[in-house]
Amino acid sequence: MAHVLSQGPEGLAGHGGPSGAGWIVPLDPRVRILGACVYGIAVAALSGLVALSVALALSLGLLALSRLPLRPTLRRMAMMDGFIFFMLALLPFTVPGDPVFTLWGFAASWQGLGQAVEIALTANAVILALMVLVGTLEPVTLGHALYRLRCPERLVHLLMFTLRYIEVLREEYLRLRAAMKLRGFRPGSNWHSYRSFGYLLGMILVRAIERSERILEAMKCRGFSGRIVLLREFALSRRDWVFGAALLGAVAGLFVLERTWP
Amino acid sequence: MALIALEDLHFAYPGQSPVLRGASLRLEAGQRLSLTGPNGAGKSTLLRMILGLQRPDRGRVVAFGKMRRAEADFHEVRRRAGLVFQDADDQLFCPTVAEDVAFGPLNLGKSRAEALEIVDRVLGDLELLHLRDRITHKLSGGEKRLVTLATVLAMAPEVLLLDEPTNALDQTNEARLLEILQALPQAILLVSHDPAFRAKLAPEALDLRDGRLVPVAG
Repeated sequence: MAHVLSQGPEGLAGHGGPSGAGWIVPLDPRVRILGACVYGIAVAALSGLVALSVALALSLGLLALSRLPLRPTLRRMAMMDGFIFFMLALLPFTVPGDPVFTLWGFAASWQGLGQAVEIALTANAVILALMVLVGTLEPVTLGHALYRLRCPERLVHLLMFTLRYIEVLREEYLRLRAAMKLRGFRPGSNWHSYRSFGYLLGMILVRAIERSERILEAMKCRGFSGRIVLLREFALSRRDWVFGAALLGAVAGLFVLERTWP
Repeated sequence: MALIALEDLHFAYPGQSPVLRGASLRLEAGQRLSLTGPNGAGKSTLLRMILGLQRPDRGRVVAFGKMRRAEADFHEVRRRAGLVFQDADDQLFCPTVAEDVAFGPLNLGKSRAEALEIVDRVLGDLELLHLRDRITHKLSGGEKRLVTLATVLAMAPEVLLLDEPTNALDQTNEARLLEILQALPQAILLVSHDPAFRAKLAPEALDLRDGRLVPVAG
């Protein structure tokens, strides 16, 4: 779901349309999702530093194969690191063990440091693989693939409706916001601003509810009876099998490393 | 026999003064009729009543030769009369164009293969095949409007109810829409504020004034 974090109008590699020439984009979306899940679970189960370093190297290898733009992708990965930075920084001081150094009277332990490195490696390896394999999917394709993977239909439709209307809601918000600006509204720390934002939020909610009612009516007019059928089908190619086998092989290799250098 | 006959409809939204006070109209097969009237006169309400999305306080809705009262009565009406909504974003809710067009036929019990055949035929007729696999929220305003028409035509309705179909369309797209609509065999009930568009598609007009429908001379 890396596209959720995207600031720009387009996701990575233009949402992974046919433009992406790399190895990853032509793969079956289902294989990519399953592959990312298997890989994620496997890497989360590792704890040896050697195995984890190799896992991160593997993820970087995937990134190279995908031909995603290097800088923006790594920057996005760093954004995730921002979320866990404080936890990582505090770990050496909170885990008891043999002291490495002391800072303002607090001792940092080797064990804590080890855990912090372990978590950082795991998180980065997994998020990178997820960005490369799943983040490059067109969001709608992600929905279709989840549907074909037999995810609960309701959840898939929830995702699809969100994708469909999030932009409509945003445009409504921007229109209202522009209208406020045109009448000289400048947000500040005062009651007038808070109240005005309250009105804005309320108006967006009311409009969203009204729109949802109109959508339901439009669906009823076309005979809606509780089921939405998604049409898109996927087919596995040789390339998908090769990729799947290679990924499973890599995961098996990681576990061998884990047992050799625990 | 009229396809649709509204007889003496009365209606008021809760806590507001009545919008309809004895509105009546008849739409025959192949007939093209436009509804005019000031904003808030109740034109959209009238269209919604034909499809049972709103019930009149008093009066009768007769569609395809039968009185329609309960929700179940309107299921058949919704199949045989297609409403094109004012805002295309309300109508296109499926991820892709093909899925949106197929939604109606699938609801009518068509198989997946039959539905896809209908999708290709309808989009082909409207020369929209290039939009088939596009994602609905990424269409332009004009494309959205034409695709909503396709989603309605895919149900093979006998009557088209159009609520401000030229809303937010540029001249080229408006001309295209007009050309498509003029070539259709269906009866059309048009609500539009655009006099030129009305004159070209459905010159025969009823004016909704003070809750009643009066024929417009000319």
